[in-house]
Amino acid sequence: MNRPRTLYEKIWDAHVVEQRPDGTALIFIDRHLVHEVTSPQAFAGLRASGRTVRRPDLTLAVPDHNLPTTARKDAAGNRLPITDTESAAQLAALEKNAPEYGIRYIDAFAPEQGIVHVVGPEQGFSLPGTTIVCGDSHTACHGGIGALAFGIGTSEVEHVLATQTLLLQPAKTMEVRVEGEVGPGVSAKDIILHITGTIGAAGGTGHVIEYTGSAIRALSVEGRLTVSNMAIEGGARAGLIAPDETTFAYLKGRPYAPKGKDWDAAVAYWKSLATDPGATYDKSVVIDAADIAPSVTWGTSPEDVVPITGVVPDPASFADPSKQAAAAKSLAYMGLTPGTPMNEIPVENIFIGSCTNSRIEDLRAAAAVLKGRHKADNVKWAIVVPGSGLVKAQAEAEGLDRIFTEAGLEWREPGCSACLAMNPDKVPAGERCASTSNRNFVGRQGPGARTHLVSPAMAAAAAVTGKLTDVRELMA
Amino acid sequence: MTPIEKVEGRAIPFGLKNVDTDVIIPAHWLKTVSREGMGQGAFESLRADPDNLFDSAEFKGAPILIAGDNFGCGSSREHAAWALGDLGIRVVIAPSYSDIFSGNAVKNGILPVVLPQAAIDRLMEVAKTDPVHVDLDTQTVTTPFQDRFTFEIDPFRKMCLLGGLDEISLTEKSGAAISAYEAKIAQTQPWLQPATVES
Ligand code: SF4
Repeated sequence: MNRPRTLYEKIWDAHVVEQRPDGTALIFIDRHLVHEVTSPQAFAGLRASGRTVRRPDLTLAVPDHNLPTTARKDAAGNRLPITDTESAAQLAALEKNAPEYGIRYIDAFAPEQGIVHVVGPEQGFSLPGTTIVCGDSHTACHGGIGALAFGIGTSEVEHVLATQTLLLQPAKTMEVRVEGEVGPGVSAKDIILHITGTIGAAGGTGHVIEYTGSAIRALSVEGRLTVSNMAIEGGARAGLIAPDETTFAYLKGRPYAPKGKDWDAAVAYWKSLATDPGATYDKSVVIDAADIAPSVTWGTSPEDVVPITGVVPDPASFADPSKQAAAAKSLAYMGLTPGTPMNEIPVENIFIGSCTNSRIEDLRAAAAVLKGRHKADNVKWAIVVPGSGLVKAQAEAEGLDRIFTEAGLEWREPGCSACLAMNPDKVPAGERCASTSNRNFVGRQGPGARTHLVSPAMAAAAAVTGKLTDVRELMA
Repeated sequence: MTPIEKVEGRAIPFGLKNVDTDVIIPAHWLKTVSREGMGQGAFESLRADPDNLFDSAEFKGAPILIAGDNFGCGSSREHAAWALGDLGIRVVIAPSYSDIFSGNAVKNGILPVVLPQAAIDRLMEVAKTDPVHVDLDTQTVTTPFQDRFTFEIDPFRKMCLLGGLDEISLTEKSGAAISAYEAKIAQTQPWLQPATVES
């Protein structure tokens, strides 16, 4: 009998092109997602060395990082130019490179345009059991449908374009099992924030994390994508959630997904991928879902997580002296005093969006809180940025856009937006933002910007009260 | 790529833990279509302080950087390695790195040396006043005071760094194996071919 294997080992084994004596292996890449920021230098490299793209058919390009999220066409339907010259140059490079190398390209005006990690699963381009890479660390997101997906740098983008492979060292495996049922007001985002706080920002280094347990199984595909998206915040190379009926129902009928007999063969294969009974992980963590509260970050590392009912921690409370120093620095940057209740911290900005939380379910959760309410006066800037044009259309069909605009929030065009300060959507220096994105690093949302990571419902609650708020108080 | 064998010089006693790639090179520096000149943006937020280490008379242009745990965490941007390289750094010494960062470093001819915290503490001391010597061939870090620390490195990475080798040409030698794999998949899992979509 074969040795019992984990989901990760099965996907890895199925993609080995060539095993090297030193333990590394040449791994075949099934899907390559390309965006405008990390690709221009890779295409320039190809051109300089006279190489071509080996498998343009397995590559999909879409702009997202730099695109402004304000209207892209004027009232007459004319395309508006991008005023930032550097952004415009990167976008123009992708628009030129993709067709030149025969790569499928979704342009900024297409209804399917959106954030790469929203577009991949939504188009059925990302599939369970595949290897997926993209020059963006949140590629881990696609692990939510059971793909081994990870971020790569520009040299690797060039390597994949040229050879459709990567030379990789197998990762160690880690299981994070979340058992039980989460309470009301607790979303997938709270689960992953809680996990990150528990295992730490380096807790998964060198590992691929498989999320298991009844609380994970109970999540929709949207929720699973949210969890796996932030595997990287726990230091992991990638995240994985075993594909199941929920996954298959989500993917069936999507444009690039297998059809007819192919679909049946694919599902049969995907069902064989689940971790075998008796397979072991290098490391395991078990979390009780009942312990997870609506969560929020207080510092500048994604491990700086407390429940909304908690207080800003005292740096002296950490055992590790270097964590004490880091916490003190974080608090100075964040302008926070130890002991302050989290739910008394005022916020001037609200960002609902990013590949972590911009799918239809996220927008529904935010709208449920905002319905019939209005943002507080001290909230100066509040934007909702759908993850793709299709999410946008769906939300509008459900009337969510009107709930947002009536509540005083802006309804934008799809893109990465205020997740990272590369496009016009930025948080001003010294101001706070309740943000549904994935990173609270120094300067991530703009120089001097202070980020508090939260779920969509929690961001909506903060918009209503003008401070970080326990969404459960607005749910009664 | 410039080969690396021996690097000797001042080592910047930086030492911070969990330095993410947004600190190494802020996002607004990512909006370029070329790789040159990125050193100007390296550690921009820290270098806003006029007394920063990087621009001090002593450490400006130093080829070695000593850092803390989990160096290069966060975003996968390879610009972090370009920025360090453009700043003149050939070797980083730290207790651990994010996986993506150490891969990017090697691809850009920067040697990521892993040493235990105790060795880092000692090197931080020495670096304040004296040079540090890194020898990739013998896998050692030495100081003028008889300190000698050995480090591990993946043999493939070592070969690439020593030879200044480009990874794509190496992989192209496996072209036949890649073609064989593609042919096998087309047979056994034809559904892996993305469905055709009318546009
Ligand atoms: S939304 Fe943020 S994390 Fe996601 S792809 Fe865009 S920049 Fe990366």
